[in-house]
Amino acid sequence: MSRIKDLQKNLFGGTTSNARQFGMIFTLVAIVVLFQILTDGLTLRSDNLIALFQQNSYILILAIGMLMVIVAGHIDLSVGSVAAFAGILVAKSMADWSLPWPVAILFGLAIGAIIGAWQGFWVAYIGVPAFIVTLAGMLLFRGGNQYIGNANTIPVPEGFREIGSGFLPEFGPNTGYNNATLLLGLAAAVAVVWREIQARKTRRAMDADPAPMWISILRMAIMVGVIAFAALRFASGRVGTSFPISGIILLVLVIAYSFYTRNTAGGRHIYAVGGNSRAAELSGVKLKRVNFFVMMNMSVLAALAGMIFVARSAASGPQDGNGWELDAIAAVFIGGAAVSGGIGTISGSIVGGLVMAVLNNGLQLMGVGTDRVQIIKGLVLLLAVAIDVYNKSQGRFSIIGSLMRPFRRDDSAPPASPPDAEREPAKAAVSG
Amino acid sequence: MSDVPILLEMRSITKEFPGVKALSDVNLVVRAGEIHAICGENGAGKSTLMKVLSGVYPHGSYDGKIIYQGSESKFSDIRASENAGIVIIHQELALIPGMSIAENIFLGNEPRKRGAIDWKAANRMALDLMARVGLEEDPDTLIKDIGVGKQQLVEIAKAFAKDVKLLILDEPTAALNEADSRHLLDLLRGFRSRGITSIMISHKLNEIEAIADQITILRDGRTVETLDVKADGVDEDRIVRGMVGRELSSRFPDHTPKIGDVFFEVRNWNVRHPISADRQVCKNESFVVRRGEIVGFAGLMGAGRTELAMSVFGRSYGVYESGTIIKDGKEIVLKSVADAIDNGLAYVSEDRKAIGLNLLDDIKSSTVAAKLSKISHHGVLSEVEEYQAAEAYRKELRTKAPTVDESVSKLSGGNQQKVVLAKWMFTDPDLLILDEPTRGIDVGAKYEIYGIIQRLADQGKGVVVISSELPELIGLCDRIYTVFEGAITGEIARADATPETLMKQMTSTKKLATR
Repeated sequence: MSRIKDLQKNLFGGTTSNARQFGMIFTLVAIVVLFQILTDGLTLRSDNLIALFQQNSYILILAIGMLMVIVAGHIDLSVGSVAAFAGILVAKSMADWSLPWPVAILFGLAIGAIIGAWQGFWVAYIGVPAFIVTLAGMLLFRGGNQYIGNANTIPVPEGFREIGSGFLPEFGPNTGYNNATLLLGLAAAVAVVWREIQARKTRRAMDADPAPMWISILRMAIMVGVIAFAALRFASGRVGTSFPISGIILLVLVIAYSFYTRNTAGGRHIYAVGGNSRAAELSGVKLKRVNFFVMMNMSVLAALAGMIFVARSAASGPQDGNGWELDAIAAVFIGGAAVSGGIGTISGSIVGGLVMAVLNNGLQLMGVGTDRVQIIKGLVLLLAVAIDVYNKSQGRFSIIGSLMRPFRRDDSAPPASPPDAEREPAKAAVSG
Repeated sequence: MSDVPILLEMRSITKEFPGVKALSDVNLVVRAGEIHAICGENGAGKSTLMKVLSGVYPHGSYDGKIIYQGSESKFSDIRASENAGIVIIHQELALIPGMSIAENIFLGNEPRKRGAIDWKAANRMALDLMARVGLEEDPDTLIKDIGVGKQQLVEIAKAFAKDVKLLILDEPTAALNEADSRHLLDLLRGFRSRGITSIMISHKLNEIEAIADQITILRDGRTVETLDVKADGVDEDRIVRGMVGRELSSRFPDHTPKIGDVFFEVRNWNVRHPISADRQVCKNESFVVRRGEIVGFAGLMGAGRTELAMSVFGRSYGVYESGTIIKDGKEIVLKSVADAIDNGLAYVSEDRKAIGLNLLDDIKSSTVAAKLSKISHHGVLSEVEEYQAAEAYRKELRTKAPTVDESVSKLSGGNQQKVVLAKWMFTDPDLLILDEPTRGIDVGAKYEIYGIIQRLADQGKGVVVISSELPELIGLCDRIYTVFEGAITGEIARADATPETLMKQMTSTKKLATR
């Protein structure tokens, strides 16, 4: 029994916020397994996995930025339009002004920064709610896309397409697999082991007992196993395919932004502003700067997502990015962010995005029409958040919290005195 | 007056909140047609008593009886008490700024004709009601376009629209200027002559002395006495004695101050209200703090102590007009909270849940929140140092929590306050401003907090304590400033501080000789 308890507590971090993430991972695994069975093994086939990543990398990139926007207590409805606007300008810059594609990418990012500065200015310095600013932006930049592109599609050159549809190169001895992907998997496995060792060191430095060794090993084994499986799958696709470049871009961004939000003062400030903006301000956080930054950052990532999409579809069109904002927002909320701000993680949002992606993909493989796919996705979003809201109102934490409850004996002992006990009399004392 | 019939009697009212008895065996007798004042320090239970009377706390949630117009009343909500003719006008006006005077007067009580609101009748009736309270405005004027004095009159007109028999005013003149206050008091006298009974809660003793017939004094949730103003020859001093008359027990750790030189000084500080630009919340205030000294700021609610503190703390309140801050002999300009923190200031806010803490955070990230640079290396936060800092403060302040990973929302008030103190001690300030540091905290935790404050002073820091509890200021502080209506009205050394002297200067604009 104590081993099971240890496992629950430590396998995925053990704190309540992680319990929720564990719930999401659990859900993701369950959905993958479900579709793997329902589609007779199509879901986890190499070509399907590769397509899944290529088709969803830009949504997941948006989810990173959206997570930060939502944690700070805002929302961004304009990301699809911004992506389309940046996409058409970049396509045009290469077609009409013959910019070399690397320069065009920088140009696209700069456009994102300018649009972000525009939206951030209204939100942070004028105080217009982000909902309104970005609703306006949604119309503005959609219109901008169609005005500039004359509602036509503009093709993009070969080199540029790499960021959307390219793969890791083939090199080295013929192993039957893509060597670059294998190396990537190896690097990831090493990173996982290294992180676990670091985490144990940190725990010890905090005079806290690290999780039992066997749990660390089990955790590493599971992670390395998943990585090995994924690496082999991605490396064994059709010749010429492997882990997609857009997936690499996504990975780099996830790692960089996770680090930023967790381990830097700037990241902390975003959570502080979303958690209690007045308290943050009185702790010396520069509210306006934080709000400006998250809005600007979102548009830069939207521009990047737009370029990746254009590269994948080989041309920029007037309907690019339609509805992306909703997919990104859904990913963030399914991934455990709070509507009121202050809570959420990058990794949670990615998992949330993957849940939606696998659902989408699996249903399509089964031949379910887009009409019913939308209905199902809508219900899943509602249900995921509703379960969480319900559990919070019951004083519990998450889906998995309730799944696990029958097995749980200890840990969540109620606090000695309910915190609100003192609130009422305190209030009475103020006004008395 | 005993021949006048009794309109309202509240008999041994007891109201408990979890852990605290807000009212204990309180009695109140109000006779028809009088102005009855209720006095008491902050926290004495005045507002709670009025909430019991008006049904905010419904029948059954308190013990005791309310006998109104000769029979027992059991109000289930505000509507029930209003139907009986009891109308309460709160300190924070309950008007909707974007609606007109007439719309506000009849809100929830609209005159109807065949289901639709009869605006013609509403405007006519509004004009009539407005005349009764002496308000000369177009009933179509929006509330936000009239001053706070007139808004108060709209509230009273609204009460008349409900056929009021007993009018309760909670600090009606707190937000009003001199002229508006006088007008309001005249109005109340007029009501009295027309037989309307009023209950008035006020901190302004001169007004109470001038207008009230009877005064009931509450202290610590109990009735102290009821005075007949004319018969008993009541004056301000008499009221003050009733309000504060309790002895100071040894609720404070022993402490011998080690006071050094003046190192922090604020001169001629002037600040305007952030929204109503014509209201000056700090009027030419000046004060000094010495190293190792605990300086108190006494004043009633709304006196402007918090506003003074927050405006000094990086202009985090109001619109700065003029004034200088001198620290260690040099003038410093603090335009933002970050400036203030960098210059060694710390401000522990009065409402720790609303603006002091991020309740989503755990103890360790709260502890370091105001100075992340201290645990950052090349921009990267060190989790280990964060943990060590938080753990050190947890031990030093004896915060009761299993680990520093605990969410602050799960802590009791006293322990939350310790986390807030840790957060500001972590910034290593020279001057700590503590705004109501023991509000909502039980006695044991208070004692510990006093000890922490004294230790901070002994480390050579200056400590400013804002408190509404006079015994706390007298027990803790080496020197006390009194503040009234945005101005500093006195400076009293510890040896001369008594509740009476403080209360006197806290309630009068006269600047007494400073020592």
